[in-house]
Amino acid sequence: MIKFLFKGILRDRSRSLFPFLIVTAGVFLTVALHGYIKGAEASFIRSNANLLSGHLRVMTEAYAKEADQIPNDLALADLPSLLQDLQARFPGFIWTPRIRFGGLLDVPDESGETRSQGPAAGMAVRLLSTQTPEIELLDLKKSLVRGRLPERPKEVLISDEFARKLGLNPGERATLISSTMFGSMSLANFVVAGTVRFGISAMDRTAMIADLADIQDALDMKDAAGEVLGFSKDMIYRQKEVDGMAAAFNAGRGDVRDDLSPVMVTLRDQPGMALLIDSLSYATAAIVGVFLFVMSLVLWNAGLLGSLRRYGEIGVRLAIGESKGHIFRSMIYESLMIGFLGTLVGTGLGLGLSYYLQVKGIDISSMMKNAAIMVPSILRSQVTPFAYVIGFLPGLLATLLGASIAGRGIYKRQTAQLFKELET
Amino acid sequence: MKRTLSFLSFVIALAVSSPAQVLSADQILDRIDENAIAGNRISVTEMIIHSRRATRTLKLKSWVQGEDKAFTEFLEPARERGTKMLKLGDQLWTYSPDADRTISISGHMLRQSVMGSDLSYEDMLEDRKLRQVYEASIAGEERLMDRPCWVLELKAKAEDVAYHSRKIWVDRERFVLLREVRFAKSGKPLKTLEVKSVIRAQDRWVQNDVVFKDALKTGDGTEFIIRSIEFEAEIPEALFTKASLRK
Repeated sequence: MIKFLFKGILRDRSRSLFPFLIVTAGVFLTVALHGYIKGAEASFIRSNANLLSGHLRVMTEAYAKEADQIPNDLALADLPSLLQDLQARFPGFIWTPRIRFGGLLDVPDESGETRSQGPAAGMAVRLLSTQTPEIELLDLKKSLVRGRLPERPKEVLISDEFARKLGLNPGERATLISSTMFGSMSLANFVVAGTVRFGISAMDRTAMIADLADIQDALDMKDAAGEVLGFSKDMIYRQKEVDGMAAAFNAGRGDVRDDLSPVMVTLRDQPGMALLIDSLSYATAAIVGVFLFVMSLVLWNAGLLGSLRRYGEIGVRLAIGESKGHIFRSMIYESLMIGFLGTLVGTGLGLGLSYYLQVKGIDISSMMKNAAIMVPSILRSQVTPFAYVIGFLPGLLATLLGASIAGRGIYKRQTAQLFKELET
Repeated sequence: MKRTLSFLSFVIALAVSSPAQVLSADQILDRIDENAIAGNRISVTEMIIHSRRATRTLKLKSWVQGEDKAFTEFLEPARERGTKMLKLGDQLWTYSPDADRTISISGHMLRQSVMGSDLSYEDMLEDRKLRQVYEASIAGEERLMDRPCWVLELKAKAEDVAYHSRKIWVDRERFVLLREVRFAKSGKPLKTLEVKSVIRAQDRWVQNDVVFKDALKTGDGTEFIIRSIEFEAEIPEALFTKASLRK
């Protein structure tokens, strides 16, 4: 029977083309949007984790409360022992200390007077250590625009946009004017080894990347760091795993808490991140739901039109003794086949576009010129295994619902009236 | 600057008996301003910063000429040794020996703390006479440090002042401030100054031990203790130049 119905669909395109196109278009949009949202979600999480929060972030409780103000006077002390403890307790994670700092980058002229000056948002990471994960985490090799990566102490990277604004070239000297951990003014000279572009507008305006030891020295932070970030070794963020680790670490602090003792928070617990992650999940569900609803309405309408057009055909089939249930079921099968075919084509097209956007991305840097949050300048789609099947839910369900509702008319036909209806 | 940097003993009280009862608020301000004005002075001060995590002690030497010129060099600890500051009128520079750079402190940097203390660079530059900047009224009389004091309320005449209003406790006989609260325009207290001891040096009354507290900072304030002070000392004019910062 399926073969028979399939031939009918192919040979009588007038009854299958419109529903097919509707399903194809709906599934295509569902798959493409799902891929786009997943890509955006992954980009946000990756960017925020690598640049800002890690999968886990260890800070003092007091620092955590004011983390957006970079209160280095509340930084973690006794860093070597903390790192040792973290590595022993959570060996499946990479632990890397960082110091975020603010200040002015002052470029001197030949006589030592200020030639240009601008506010810098700095990050100190282990740049010079041979086994540092930071080069990969910050994607520094790919981000390099001019010069080279730092190879010696007192060498830094600054964002290319910032460097051009200050008229600073690789090899030139600049002075960081900042505050030490104890609040004193700190002046430290650095040589710009290279310039970078992260593709994140908030960083590309004023970023400065320095070696941790240099900034510890400049900011009087011996054996101290603002935060220690933890990343799973496979770089995949797993909420349950990090929740368990954070709970275990924080439980070890005991009941009597000093607000300068370390506390561990997950990426999701960072300000704004839970809302962001949840919003993206809700958006995916909403997109599927909306398309399911709209396509069901359209296909119901298409089914009604089809039933009207096939009014005579159904009447004859009833007249020659075919049961109403059989006719209803055959229409359902027919719709499922159309839905299946439409879903296949729509999924193929949606995946195709998603793959294209995964590779090429969409450059939104022009819209993010004044952004203060970690938003990637290039948004990319992401093709996930779920993207291969997500279209089947709205594709098949909508056609099924549409045909079911429209097909109810079959049961309203009166057999006694059939010949009279067919005569007219 | 002499007045504001109390740790540098700019507030001097004359130990003279006067008909205090008949002085008006403006006359009291005049007496405070007169006491604050002195010629050259050289002082060595300890600055003890009681911050949230630790207590740090810095030692500094200051050369002050009149109201407009001041040169300060940090002597201790080793990390800060050689850091110098020069004030000429309303301009301020700092020199860092590590970076071998001289930086002008201006704009928002003036609000930053001096060496992590409760004193800001803006406080250092605040050198105008109280009488010029504030309108005063006598709010009452109290005893402080077992001394009879006037309590004066000051309101700024101009907008370009760091503190919109102040409340000061003035020793009635020595004309030295024993307590001060500085307020923002909203009425919120920003800084407090508590004098712990006053000494007599070369016929002047000097605030010897002062705790300066920034109300917006955690910690227990910054204590300034004068270890030595010399008035009318000779100071070479060349000291008050930018070139001397790098010497």
